[in-house]
Amino acid sequence: MKINSLSENGLTILFDQTITKQTADKVLKLRKLIEKELAEFVIDIIPSYTSIHLSFDIKKISHKSFVDKVEALTQQVSQIEPADHQQKNEQNLIEIPVYYGKEVGLDLQEISDNSGLSIKQVIQTHSDKTYDVFAMGFSPGFAYLGSVDDQIAIPRKETPRLLVAQGSLGIAGEQTAIYPFDSPGGWNIIGKTPIKLVDYDQQPPSIFEVGDRIKFRAITKSEFLKRGGEL
Amino acid sequence: MSQTSSIGKSSSLESVLTITKPGVMSLLQDYGRYGLQHYGITNSGPMDEHAYLWSNKILGNHFNAPQIEICMGGFEARFNKPAVIAICGANLLPTINRSPIKTWQTHTVKEGDVIRLSGAKHGLYAYLAISGGFKVEPQLGSCSTVMREQLGGLHHNGEKLAEGDLVPYQPANTRREGNVAPHVVIVPKECIPRYKDSINLRFMPNRSENGCDQSTINKFTEQTYRVSNDLSRMGYRLQSETALINSNDNTISQGMSTGLIQLPKNGQPIVLMKDRQTIGGYPLLGCVAHMDLALLSQSKPGVKVRFIPVELEELELELGEYFGFLLS
Repeated sequence: MKINSLSENGLTILFDQTITKQTADKVLKLRKLIEKELAEFVIDIIPSYTSIHLSFDIKKISHKSFVDKVEALTQQVSQIEPADHQQKNEQNLIEIPVYYGKEVGLDLQEISDNSGLSIKQVIQTHSDKTYDVFAMGFSPGFAYLGSVDDQIAIPRKETPRLLVAQGSLGIAGEQTAIYPFDSPGGWNIIGKTPIKLVDYDQQPPSIFEVGDRIKFRAITKSEFLKRGGEL
Repeated sequence: MSQTSSIGKSSSLESVLTITKPGVMSLLQDYGRYGLQHYGITNSGPMDEHAYLWSNKILGNHFNAPQIEICMGGFEARFNKPAVIAICGANLLPTINRSPIKTWQTHTVKEGDVIRLSGAKHGLYAYLAISGGFKVEPQLGSCSTVMREQLGGLHHNGEKLAEGDLVPYQPANTRREGNVAPHVVIVPKECIPRYKDSINLRFMPNRSENGCDQSTINKFTEQTYRVSNDLSRMGYRLQSETALINSNDNTISQGMSTGLIQLPKNGQPIVLMKDRQTIGGYPLLGCVAHMDLALLSQSKPGVKVRFIPVELEELELELGEYFGFLLS
């Protein structure tokens, strides 16, 4: 772990520069520790795949003192090693219903062709796994989930779509994600959830958070429609 | 008349500013939305913090009091009750009832007065502040408008102000003793910036693994940049004759803050501004001094920019004092 000062009131803690579950666990652990111990100084905390970005209140603490405090916490985390079984239980497991129908899974055929699996197998492979939220960004509530089975991993589309519908579930490389809003996008779309991922009138405004574990449950067309899904 | 607003509560008894011409882009902004970046929700807030903070300061407002950020003018609105206002930032040739008024100071307006901001040679953003702040219900802790996120603003949908919008405010205290005009508060001269055609920005070079290599950063400081046409509340793209080459382009997306200078593959830097995305994966050249971002935000396409490397400690002291005075 290494602390890099970025600005007067910002720094990044960098972990091993490889995207793995182990690194994600460390990020999560340190983040919780920072939230507990340094809440009075922290303005924003952005955990990501292999890093934590912090901005803090320089009216309350100097840059150097803040770095020292963070440094002390990073040492606590590196002492706890590795396979920490307790951690899994601390993570939220969220189940998301998905309709993997052809009307909404616009790129299922392409992934099937690319992988040599049948469409049914592609769906099975995707929904069998439990994913971790490694990072959030791009837009509010957009969670980068990893990692999909190698067989169904596929690069972003060469030409992004101008409009991907809200709730669409996609794959890009080894990552999978749901578009919380209508937006342009280049991910390969395999299904759609009827659930609203972002609601600014709720606290918290997003269903997902970095560190959550996500399981997709295949639902029928009628359940999708009943829950307010749009084809 | 398009004065029936979607905020149904407004009545003739309330003090409201009626927007008759919204201009290019006029947005409600407070100091910003903090503590939600881990959900991908950006900070937002005023592009030119210096002008925004001074507007609130001279009115005796809390630093977070909502204002209208007017981009490039074309703005016209009418007050239906007396108020004390201030306009700081770009001089977009403001008038009240067609009489020119000065920027960087307070003014008293009467019932029915019409304010107009047309346009300017220098600068992009003007801040219209009102004593007590505009009374807008915050969304997720802030009324800052983020169009991209459909968040905040008057109607809680991230939309910019539109013709017919009614923005409530607190009426000025009219029970003054005698006939004494309320005194005018003016921003000290040395605190009023001049928006020039050529600016220097101090920055802290990034020396981390996710930074660019030292030779690239050196080259960056030797070149003169121009603000390109591609500028928004998310970021300002800069352009130089020679694109920078960076060998370190293998960066994993990480959290971003305002002022960071990214180097995308085309070798032309982007300075991240208030509505930036919360994570990003381009290598970093460094971070612009917080206090110098105001100057950049006011720079139109074509303005020349040079970057001066400085040490963090130097900037931290200065910013601490600045915040101590203006963030109160």
